[in-house]
Amino acid sequence: MDWAYLFEISLTGLASGGLYALAALAFVLVYKATKVVNIAIGEMLMVGAYLFFAFAASFSLPIWLAVLGAMLGAGLLGAVIERTMIRPLLGEPPISAFMVTVGLGSILVGLVEIIWSADQRRLPEFVPSTPVMIGDAFLAPKVAYGALMAFVLIALVLLLFRFWRGGVALRATASDQGAAYMMGINVPRVFSLAWVVSAVIAALAGIVVGSIGGISSSMGVFGLSVLVVVIVGGLDSVLGALVGGLFIGLVEALAGAYLGGEYKLLATFLVLVVVLMIKPYGLFGTHEIERL
Amino acid sequence: MRIGTLKESYVADAALFDSATQKLWLGAGAALLVLFPFMASDYWLYLACLVAINVASAAGLNILTGYTGLVSLGQAAFMGLGAYTVAILQTRWGTPFLLNILAGGVVAMLGGLVVGIPSLRVKGLYLAIATIAASFIAHFLFANLSITGGTGGLAVPPASVMGVALDTSFRIYWLIVPVTLVLLLGAANLFRTRIGRAFIAIRDRDISAEVLGIPLLRYKLLSFGLSSFYAGIAGGLWAYFFRVVTPESFPLQMSIFFLAAIIVGGMGTILGSILGAVFMTMVPELLKFVFDLLPSTGHDMKVFLSPVRTVVFGLLIVGFLIFEPHGLAEVWRRIRRFFHLWPFRN
Repeated sequence: MDWAYLFEISLTGLASGGLYALAALAFVLVYKATKVVNIAIGEMLMVGAYLFFAFAASFSLPIWLAVLGAMLGAGLLGAVIERTMIRPLLGEPPISAFMVTVGLGSILVGLVEIIWSADQRRLPEFVPSTPVMIGDAFLAPKVAYGALMAFVLIALVLLLFRFWRGGVALRATASDQGAAYMMGINVPRVFSLAWVVSAVIAALAGIVVGSIGGISSSMGVFGLSVLVVVIVGGLDSVLGALVGGLFIGLVEALAGAYLGGEYKLLATFLVLVVVLMIKPYGLFGTHEIERL
Repeated sequence: MRIGTLKESYVADAALFDSATQKLWLGAGAALLVLFPFMASDYWLYLACLVAINVASAAGLNILTGYTGLVSLGQAAFMGLGAYTVAILQTRWGTPFLLNILAGGVVAMLGGLVVGIPSLRVKGLYLAIATIAASFIAHFLFANLSITGGTGGLAVPPASVMGVALDTSFRIYWLIVPVTLVLLLGAANLFRTRIGRAFIAIRDRDISAEVLGIPLLRYKLLSFGLSSFYAGIAGGLWAYFFRVVTPESFPLQMSIFFLAAIIVGGMGTILGSILGAVFMTMVPELLKFVFDLLPSTGHDMKVFLSPVRTVVFGLLIVGFLIFEPHGLAEVWRRIRRFFHLWPFRN
């Protein structure tokens, strides 16, 4: 057994796990606030990456402006999605909102293919290309800096949740909708806010993911691993999203290194089955108690 | 104005086809189905067979989603299981085709139970996510097992009846359409039995259903197994119709197609499965037709056909859920009521 190799693989896994954690955060945010299972999370990632691509490569804006533009565009998209698709289904059974997001994913993929075609594209390089060494382990620069960005963003989002007025309103709505209403929180506005923030986070995650592996219209597959992450962590748990993200990243990296690339998703889904068998509400999810 | 529908016994009230008018229309429909192959061109026959296969699979998904309130995004994968079972049985042992199709259904049902047991113990949309996982695992198995012929897939010899190979649309029509009709009749009858009514109770309020003595896990599994069985049968028909099965034949998009079909057609109605599958199968053809009408503007518009279709599928799902959640079946019912009540306003 080559311990240095194992260490290197684990590090890479944890690094890409950071991205899963970031994307899972975007999912959990919407789920906590609006109880909508957003299966189009991978597609929202993809749209963010393509917006960045459009600003940075097609309009050749500087990188920081392009990121800002992509964030703005994604936020707008989130608002439009919430207003036109999710709001009308308020009060309907959760399965309806879920199926709407299935449709949404289909629409986003189609639109991206119409505008940019289905071909694989490369995002402009914006990370330094000197390899990163941690101890003796070599880490690809894109992965390392991607993970760094992901962790900074996660910290930023957690701080926003903790201290920003809107973040507090979000948490209040998530824990008790009725009480939040009575305390003067505009709950429908919070729903919009949740979608906007989630879309922005997803877009940022998409830009980082795209800068590592390139972008294509089938990038939404990333969202499948994210769904597994949130189930492992518990659908409504921020902590679960972080831990689950790192864990799934690790599992995929190990499966990819020791079994072969095509076993990555297989390993992820096997984890899903095992978690559903032994801990169906995830590591940190709340076990809901219902009354008639 | 519809009159004279007085029922004097429970049996008459619970009958599947209860009025003379309905029987008349059904008779006319059956006659049309029999005469259709003799009148239609090859292209329309091909479409009719495809529609019938899709109707069978959509009816299965409707049992699960429309009647039991669970979402599956693995309908295509279970069709794949059925199709591969048929292909393997037919190529290796050449067993009779009806037996193969039935075996396809049973294998898909067993696959459904395997996916269902972990994911149906918890409430919520876990099944939907587990079925996505299942379809990726199924794709992996189809592409990597030796018995499934790898990425190249398997070629399926045509089914044959007494030496006549069912190798044209005209001939296979007589296999596909009757099987689909039997499946539809089965689904319609299912919801007149205890099991079907238990499904509906679970959809409407699962806790109440449990209190009323319906074991949730067992019935949810049953519903998922049945829906997979339908998918498997449809997949078996698919294998005999296209006569080549590859891992790429049953993508996730196909599962979304079936979900779209029952949403557009109407969840929780048999008619909805039929209308939805017919409509959704025709949409790509219609789009192709529209694209052919477009004036050629130098560069090839054909490359946009597939993404436009993807967008249209998504828009149909979203649009119907928001504006017409009961689907085309409800539109149909409104039109019918207009004639029933005429000359009065409804």
